[in-house]
Amino acid sequence: MVRVILRRLIQLAVTLIVLMTLVFFWLRSLPGGPVDALLGERATPQTRELLTRALGYDQPIWVQYGRFLENVVTGNFGNSIRTGEPVMDVISRSFPATIELALAAIIIAVGLGIPLGYLAARHRGRVLDNATIIVTLIGISIPIFFLGYLLKDWLTQSVHLFPPSGRISTGLGNTDVTGFFVLDGLLTRELDASADALWHLVLPAFTLATIPLAIIIRITRASVLDVLDEDYIRTADAKGLRGPTIRRRHVLRNALLPVVTTIGLQTGALLAGAVLTEKVYNWGGLGTLITDSIGGSRDYPVLQALILLAAVVFIVVNLLVDLSYAIIDPRVRVK
Amino acid sequence: MPLLDVRDLSVVFQRKGTAPVKAVDGVSFTVEPGQTVGLVGESGCGKSVTSLAIMGLLPRRGNKVTGEVMFEETDLLTLRPQELRDRRGRDIGMIFQDPLSSLNPVIPLGVQVAEVLERHQGRTRQAALKQARELLDAVGIPDPARRLKEFPHQLSGGMRQRALIAIALACKPRLLIADEPTTALDVTIQAQILTLLKELVDDSGTALVMITHDLGVVAGLCDTVNVLYAGKVVERAGRHQLFREPRHPYTDGLLQSVPRLDVDRGGRLHQIRGSVSDNIPWPEGCAFAPRCDRVIDDCIGDTVPLEPTRAGALRCTNPVPREVPV
Amino acid sequence: MSGPGGIATLADHKRKRIDELIARTSDAGGVSLIRDAGRRLLRNPTAIVGAVLILLFLIIAIFAPLVAPHDPVQRFPELTKDLTVDNIPGATAGHPLGSDPLGRDFASRMIYGARQTLFVGVLATLIGLLLGVLLGAIAGAVGGWVDVLVMRLTDVMLALPSLLLAITLVALASRSTQWTVIIAVAVVNVPIFARLLRGSMLAQRESDHVLAARALGVRQRHIVLRHMLPNSLTAVIVQATLTFAVAILDAAALSFLGLGDPDINRAEWGLMLGVDGVRYFEVRPELAYFPALAIILVALGFTLLGESIREALDPKNRR
Repeated sequence: MVRVILRRLIQLAVTLIVLMTLVFFWLRSLPGGPVDALLGERATPQTRELLTRALGYDQPIWVQYGRFLENVVTGNFGNSIRTGEPVMDVISRSFPATIELALAAIIIAVGLGIPLGYLAARHRGRVLDNATIIVTLIGISIPIFFLGYLLKDWLTQSVHLFPPSGRISTGLGNTDVTGFFVLDGLLTRELDASADALWHLVLPAFTLATIPLAIIIRITRASVLDVLDEDYIRTADAKGLRGPTIRRRHVLRNALLPVVTTIGLQTGALLAGAVLTEKVYNWGGLGTLITDSIGGSRDYPVLQALILLAAVVFIVVNLLVDLSYAIIDPRVRVK
Repeated sequence: MPLLDVRDLSVVFQRKGTAPVKAVDGVSFTVEPGQTVGLVGESGCGKSVTSLAIMGLLPRRGNKVTGEVMFEETDLLTLRPQELRDRRGRDIGMIFQDPLSSLNPVIPLGVQVAEVLERHQGRTRQAALKQARELLDAVGIPDPARRLKEFPHQLSGGMRQRALIAIALACKPRLLIADEPTTALDVTIQAQILTLLKELVDDSGTALVMITHDLGVVAGLCDTVNVLYAGKVVERAGRHQLFREPRHPYTDGLLQSVPRLDVDRGGRLHQIRGSVSDNIPWPEGCAFAPRCDRVIDDCIGDTVPLEPTRAGALRCTNPVPREVPV
Repeated sequence: MSGPGGIATLADHKRKRIDELIARTSDAGGVSLIRDAGRRLLRNPTAIVGAVLILLFLIIAIFAPLVAPHDPVQRFPELTKDLTVDNIPGATAGHPLGSDPLGRDFASRMIYGARQTLFVGVLATLIGLLLGVLLGAIAGAVGGWVDVLVMRLTDVMLALPSLLLAITLVALASRSTQWTVIIAVAVVNVPIFARLLRGSMLAQRESDHVLAARALGVRQRHIVLRHMLPNSLTAVIVQATLTFAVAILDAAALSFLGLGDPDINRAEWGLMLGVDGVRYFEVRPELAYFPALAIILVALGFTLLGESIREALDPKNRR
């Protein structure tokens, strides 16, 4: 087990190095190079010269590459072009907002997806099953930013059920402890702030959950149907076990194996979806940061850090998924 | 009174958009307490479907089961699903062909044995596990305490089938149905498993329905043999009678296609021409007719009834003649 | 399956799924499987619905000039007359769906939109497919360090969520055009196709029907062209059908993020939805509803067809 983890960590490192190398050459391949990217095209030759020397771009390429790697490892991504702040500060400020949103979406997707997929499988071929299939197909075919606007229009404009945008109402939750507003409210005993933040979270989280939810429902359904056909379910029936025992002990556990893998893969969809969802609901997380960093002049220092961060999150989540997989499936454990 | 009395059992599969298929067609046979009865035939003859129908294990949809399956006083086919569940595993045990896929891959072996005891004998998990260890020991699994914690993929094929036998016999059922229990195993292991089965049913007085295509298995194990062809019983006889004097041309063909060491070494093995799907395209007549060497006009006309004979029963208009003692 | 010293965990999972697809579509071989699958496909109502949807949009796209009441870029005085940001005229005589924010006939733009949308989707899919197949075939055929290099590259690409990768690629270009969108969406799919083809080729090299052909002395080129490629391509076709839906959705998302085609005359559903549709959602939601509905239906069509083909090719369903 330890060896598996170690091997995976090495794989993670190698992927990141390849990715960083690509990012490095990407920045240098930009028209005019990174200096122009930083200064814009109207800068004077003198400023350009100054910055080139300051950033070490007059050095040989391998020295630059070495310094770049060193900076990345120490988390020094330079300053944002847009705001002038250190990139890491900008990112860590937006990080909790996106994590809060993504976690809520995952909870919805898993919490609803597995039971719904299971129900559909049990009602195979009947109305509930067919309805589920159609709804999930639409779920993966709908542009989620459109769904976001649709929900916003229906549930915040036509019916004032939810707040239309933002993470919390103004005047609430002034104490920032962790940056997770729902959690902050609990920690500082401002329960109204917590509830308000939760209220703001509902629509964005459902919007972001759409695709993972649809996919988890479909995978769960297919997986349960596969398991129901297995010989060991027939054995369980031949033992005379009660229906609930069979479903809980024999069906669900085996059916969850592919679902777990899917959950890991969906973090990718979640990161991408966050960019769209955050724009719809003006959420102010990493997704918004990406949008802001590409609008107008491109904020390359922030962008490259975000790209690396996305890759790290995706790889780490899938590593965790693999580990949990090993817990559920003894066949993997032994190998 | 027989322990199991199957009367006129039929199973029709009906899938949407396809013609219905009659997999089992009026099968009747009995099993006396403690007796071992064989259901023999090539693949597709309906023997496995028969066993699943007896156990009520056919998929709930897409098929129609008619007839009676009397187990002692009750017709199993009329029981509500819950009542049937109470009997499965307690009164009737079953073992299957592929021991690996028949065991749950993610549950320790001990739990898979224990759960049947918990269900039918109300044991606690701990007591059930203790008994499971004894059961594994009884079926010849070495170091059972350790095996309890292991998973199916850690066991050899023979061990897995032994474990399945332990599960099926855990509650001391009066009837055990074994569906091709040795087909997926190595030849050397096959003999061990058959010997084990024979010992266990002999010791416990459990009746056994042995479903197989292997006449060697029948010869070593069964008291009575039912030969099935295309969903119908075509011949029934005691083991010795059947091997000495097969009457149905199909049985005769089966026996002749078994390689034998004692006669005719230089000759070719007999083979039955065609395959089981070569049926006559109308419902009456003998299904075996297109492949039969002894076919006469009457064979393809009316339905051939199963007639009682001195040895058992026979469904044939032109049977293999008895050897006339010289 | 993977090259020596595999890199990324991320990709392991995607790779596993691709390999599953290969296993399902490439074993049990040849023509009879395809003919069989075709028969099952024609009996499957899901496939028919998908095919009909696609055909419908294809016909609209091809005959757009005949179907559309007006020129999609012409501004009409009767529409621009009362046009403000708060008032975009709805249906009137001659303009069944009313005006767009620039006083053009919305119905005609929707109809011509079929052309542009299918164009973007088909092109993005085809470019991704061709590059991927080429890369996969080279990796599979040359082997050695080329194979390792290609596989590591695809690993890294699979480590980024597809939309994020597309965003990055568009950001790479100094300004957006229709082509940056098409290429970005296409490149995202290159690693998927590359892995699919390479994996399928490798799997088949060991498969019974190829071994049998080789044992019979069939020439290598003949084996590759007649036995291996057709089987690999069925897997690729299934993937392409499903990719098409994703491509259209990704293109729409890029438009929404302001990275789409800047040409204001372009009538493409993703652009219409992502730019005007959301901007005027409160004024006239129809500007979003219609392109969104069209995108959903066409994506649905390709998804239904793709999944039906996959299902039909699955040897498990061969009865």
